[in-house]
Amino acid sequence: MDTTFIPVSLVIVPAIAAFLLLIFRGSKAKNFIVISASALIALGSLVLFFLNNMEGLIRFKLDIPGVSAGMLGIEIFMALFIIFIALRNGKSLVALLALIQVCLLTGFELRYGHALIVANDVFIDTFSVIMALIIGVIGTLIAVYSLGYMRSFHRLHAGEFPDRQPMFFFIIFVFLAAMFGIVFSNNLLWLYFFWEITTLSSFLLIGYKGNAESAQNAFRALLYNLIGGLFFAVAIVWMHFFAGTIEMDKLMVMHKAVVMFPVMLLCFAGLTKSAQLPFSSWLVGAMVAPSPVSALLHSSTMVKAGVYLIVRFAGVLEGTVVGLMIALVGGITFLLTTFIAVSQSDAKKVLAYSTIANLGLIVMCAGIGTYQAVWAAILLIIFHAVAKGLLFLCVGVIEHKLHSRDIEDMTGLIIKMPKMSIMLQVGMAGMFLAPFGMLISKWAVLRALVDYNPLLTIFLVFGSSATLFFWVKWMGQLLCVLKEEEDDETGISRAEWMPLTTLTIFTVGVCAFFPLIAKTMIEPFIRQMYNATVTMGQGNIMIMLIMLAMVMLFPLSFFYYGKKVKVVDAYLSGANTAIGTSFTNSLGGATPMEMKNYYLKRYFQEEKLLRIGVAVCIFLMCAATFIFVS
Amino acid sequence: MHLFDVRGNFHFCLMKTLYLFILYLIGAPLVGAWLAGWDRRLSARLQSRVGPPILQPVYDVLKLTQKENMVVRRSQNFYIAYYLIFVIFTGALFFTGQDMLLIIFSLMLASVFFVLAGFKASSPYSFIGAQRELVQIMAYEPAVIFAAIGMYMVTGTFEVSKLAQTNHWLILSLPGIFFAYLFILAMKLRKSPFDISTSHHGHQEVVKGITTEFSGKALAMIEVAHWYETTFILGIVYLFFAKSVVAGLSAALAAYVFMVFVDNAFARVKWPLALASSWIVAFLCGAGNMIWLFFTRH
Repeated sequence: MDTTFIPVSLVIVPAIAAFLLLIFRGSKAKNFIVISASALIALGSLVLFFLNNMEGLIRFKLDIPGVSAGMLGIEIFMALFIIFIALRNGKSLVALLALIQVCLLTGFELRYGHALIVANDVFIDTFSVIMALIIGVIGTLIAVYSLGYMRSFHRLHAGEFPDRQPMFFFIIFVFLAAMFGIVFSNNLLWLYFFWEITTLSSFLLIGYKGNAESAQNAFRALLYNLIGGLFFAVAIVWMHFFAGTIEMDKLMVMHKAVVMFPVMLLCFAGLTKSAQLPFSSWLVGAMVAPSPVSALLHSSTMVKAGVYLIVRFAGVLEGTVVGLMIALVGGITFLLTTFIAVSQSDAKKVLAYSTIANLGLIVMCAGIGTYQAVWAAILLIIFHAVAKGLLFLCVGVIEHKLHSRDIEDMTGLIIKMPKMSIMLQVGMAGMFLAPFGMLISKWAVLRALVDYNPLLTIFLVFGSSATLFFWVKWMGQLLCVLKEEEDDETGISRAEWMPLTTLTIFTVGVCAFFPLIAKTMIEPFIRQMYNATVTMGQGNIMIMLIMLAMVMLFPLSFFYYGKKVKVVDAYLSGANTAIGTSFTNSLGGATPMEMKNYYLKRYFQEEKLLRIGVAVCIFLMCAATFIFVS
Repeated sequence: MHLFDVRGNFHFCLMKTLYLFILYLIGAPLVGAWLAGWDRRLSARLQSRVGPPILQPVYDVLKLTQKENMVVRRSQNFYIAYYLIFVIFTGALFFTGQDMLLIIFSLMLASVFFVLAGFKASSPYSFIGAQRELVQIMAYEPAVIFAAIGMYMVTGTFEVSKLAQTNHWLILSLPGIFFAYLFILAMKLRKSPFDISTSHHGHQEVVKGITTEFSGKALAMIEVAHWYETTFILGIVYLFFAKSVVAGLSAALAAYVFMVFVDNAFARVKWPLALASSWIVAFLCGAGNMIWLFFTRH
């Protein structure tokens, strides 16, 4: 098979689907297009995986006349759109940033464009394939889920928000196309083009509701990502003049001193996109968007584009001061945002901070850049994408049923929505509990850190203790039952159930098949990049699998459910009323019992921790720049 | 696991692991119960009482198994069963000499089941106990991981089987880390000043904390799990002195006796103080020790 066909069609198919969705607005047509396009994309990414397995590295130049001109045209159009909409909303800073970027790059391409020699526009190695699988499988599952979710979203909020579903699905698929573009591009001008598309798409998706709050948060996301875009644009221009190339694969093997500055700028761009401190607030604000958008931004797209870029240059960063600074930014982000998550009771906010924290870990690994660290980083990317996607989708459904996404309102969810709460718990277990994915990764990160510089483990050690705290108390709140209730999981469409079940199976599956995934996907990449490889010892894998098997047997204990036990009321200091869940208060009346989680707000203050984090991380970034300049 | 290390030795290693496992399975709770018995006797003497026979903890557990099984939620005891299973598993990993990090992760998994049992019981007292247990886990985890990392920095291995045969006096290189570990030992052994989630003394503000709603067999399982855990927790103390078996065993025993004295000498503190103090100690002594090691070796 022609190796160019699959990668190109992975970008083209979602783009075509997007435009079809804009044209055919009927609900049946929409269902058909979304489902068939999703199936095609998922299939395409699987085929790409096998293709890469057989052929190894795929790289080629796409000799279609007018591609570059077309991209430039779209870029200018996007910039004009941003400037227009920013000025109309009085966001002059956003407009200014967009203007600078478009002038810089248009000028550059018009003046030097003909002199640019690019040997390969497209570069696909195993890492690109891993990313493509994440985008192609998890991204499309989220798109299918959106079908059901958006229908009930507009039914619940009828009259509150304008129904712009065709636009919504259009952007979702454009987003997927752009993500494939990012992970396949070798030509940095191309990468930048797709990068800017994701910036604009996320802006539009975050602002989907169209109310004041979402507009404000959308503009914040746009502002931060445009700052990142500016770093990116400057990096490209610099690279052309000082390194003489704008191809990623060439940059990665060049002398470190030559490429250090542009790589640093690209990493800064990656930091903005993956919402690291000091740029984290845009991702937290992005939770105003409908849940599938959050799922998409947090798990398979957007933030993963940021870490993708940084991990790409891990080899350059290895052993450099700039790399250490990036690693420290990641470490501090992990530590502080985990602490912040402890004090949050809004489920989506907890998830958002946990995403930022986990991306911090990935950034930390990439900044260190040793082969063990990169191995750990890729594990984190995979496991995080699956579990976090699942969590957001669960919270989306739960929010529609409970009309709240406060963790305190989820008390007793295990009997109110048993299936949903079990999926939610599987997702959470995937995020922090042995033997599931994120813990395997944490093991790998710890190993990588102690071999590189054990002092960096301090961030991980304190951070992961707090991680356990905030996940378990949420899990506990689901299990704890205040009063008997009927279970009610009606009104959840098949389009929502299917992705949820699939992702639940994946969350467990990626752990069970972890050795296989590591062997066929991650190790080839590491070997190719470093000529060395790392694996988890066979004995340790076996322990993990035994643990997994034991945990998976837990449901079996329910065969013993209610046997040989006598059910009594909870102990309420002997003052239980006849109802059993209330107690007699000092006035002789009945007070129902209540249980609320600890949030330790006095010790883990969001504003204070953010202030510290932003200051320290800006300092580190300045330090990195300063060290380079001097 | 050494099953596959050397092709020819496969069977031998498997058998050795199996023997160690069986020895541990029977021996660990006996050691734990025996220590618990001495704990009660010693505490009684410190309070001018005679105290119960040494085997009293065993009698208690046997008695508990005959009691009626009372629950608030029908599934609450499953979590306790899993707590016991994973505590045993954790100890098994330790005493058959596996990777220290995995052992810690497994311990966390066991603790999570215990906490979830407290939540599942759906009673305000066990709920508060569960929250406090979580605070405690958060408080002690850094010191435990620092212990593993510190041992790795000195010996270059996470494997307990190799750590147990080391030629180093780990305690000499890791005094700070050992102190940080000793500091949180009270939490793991559920002793004052850190018996925050399950006070042994009745009629206090949290009654019996996380164990409030567990009775009969479930409470017996918690007790047995505690015996296993005690043995394993002291096993880590042993590793700091592993160069000599005698020194290791005496240190482990001394640490336990020390904890009994501490238990009787201190009143329980509030959870913020427990969390803050153990993190500060873990950071200053544990991380400080690591920094010192790192710079003296590079």
